[in-house]
Amino acid sequence: MSVTLVVPGPLRDLTGGRRTIGLDVAEGTVGEAFDVLRGEIPALYDRIFTEQRELRPHVNVFVGTADIRWSGGLDTPLAGAREVVILPSVSGG
Amino acid sequence: MPQNPSGSYARPGDVVLMVGTLKGAFLFTSDASRKSWTMDGPHFPGEEVYALACDQRGASPTLWAAPGSAFWGVTLRRSDDLGASWSSKEERSVKFPEESGLSLTRIWQIRPGPADEPETMWLGVEPTCLFRSDDGGDSWAPVEGFLHHEHREFWTPGGGGLCLHTIVPHASDRKRMLVAFSTGGVYKTRDNGLTWAPSNVGVRAEFLPDKHPEFGQCVHKVVGHPDKPDRLFLQNHWGLYRSDDWAESWQDIANGVPSDFGFAMAMHPKNPDTVYIVPLESDQFRCVPEAKMRVYRTRDGGASWEPLSKGLPQEGAYETVLRDALDTDSADPAGVYFGTRSGKLYASADEGDRWSLVHEGLPPIVCVKSAVLA
Repeated sequence: MSVTLVVPGPLRDLTGGRRTIGLDVAEGTVGEAFDVLRGEIPALYDRIFTEQRELRPHVNVFVGTADIRWSGGLDTPLAGAREVVILPSVSGG
Repeated sequence: MPQNPSGSYARPGDVVLMVGTLKGAFLFTSDASRKSWTMDGPHFPGEEVYALACDQRGASPTLWAAPGSAFWGVTLRRSDDLGASWSSKEERSVKFPEESGLSLTRIWQIRPGPADEPETMWLGVEPTCLFRSDDGGDSWAPVEGFLHHEHREFWTPGGGGLCLHTIVPHASDRKRMLVAFSTGGVYKTRDNGLTWAPSNVGVRAEFLPDKHPEFGQCVHKVVGHPDKPDRLFLQNHWGLYRSDDWAESWQDIANGVPSDFGFAMAMHPKNPDTVYIVPLESDQFRCVPEAKMRVYRTRDGGASWEPLSKGLPQEGAYETVLRDALDTDSADPAGVYFGTRSGKLYASADEGDRWSLVHEGLPPIVCVKSAVLA
């Protein structure tokens, strides 16, 4: 299946300006989708995850409309979802 | 010849002042008189910049910056045109190995290597570690002997995090280097980084039941001068020290300062007996004593200290100067610069005798580095 990864503006210098990236993944989990991303654009992966494969604290990832922090983390099933959205959280000062 | 940030061509003798803040970096440039400054920035707006450096070992100056985004993490960036453009995020990746169990939080120090080793560079990072590059900063790896140090599990973060903020290579022995971090204290190697030993004899840890442990001190900054390579000065979390034996032992030199607490310390570029500090009141308050903005200078290796206040506010100045926010330049007479948490940047073009406000209203300043262009 193909999943569309929606990339926020501050990271689009790592995608050649593209807002979305298509990832060819087997039906599985969001973690498997990010494994594909890591192989294709490692620098983008590194901005989303730490060296320990932890989602950076102020980054949110949604499968469809579900925040993966509350739906199983990287084990969240894609379950036919067509879009994975990366968004910076509401934080700062 | 590179352009300076104001668009004119930088000339030898011009001074570049690199200022890191919690919301980006700013570059100030001046001619050799250092009387007026042109500001450019913010570079990396919205990102904290704790580490900056100007490397002049090549044919033209290279600026280095380590912006950190609260969202997207830390990157290491390079400019070969004095900040007109910066390298992209995906270059020069600085990462811990997955098997280390560590993740990079912040880069605290960028240290170019010796003049005759133009490809050597070091980084001090949080969580505490030393990284080395042997290809001019293109690729980086942690120094294994430090990464796997047996004390690592006992090192604990201070208020600024578990940060390696000081890197002092020995001026005449390439195999020796000293680093300092909070908390942990001073460690040094004599075998090019293979092994590291704590070197805190005489440095007190006021915040521990044992005031003189082997390690665990909260050292804030260490400086040295190449003309006296075995002499070092240390600003501690309570304590001001000098060592004359390359950190084998430390002697108290808090002679006449209003407080021996402080963060910042800077070496005079030519005189190995002259050092600058900014004492802060107590541990909890951490503002300049009596709300008077004063830099202190010793010209006799710490035997005595004199306040430098001409041109600085002497009432109502609730200011804090952090560990990398004080620097000197290599001009003659030497320039001295510092930035405050309240976003004020001060400069002296006469070794600290007289000061002027370069700019106010900057975001909180965490790093000030100066360079006289060669």
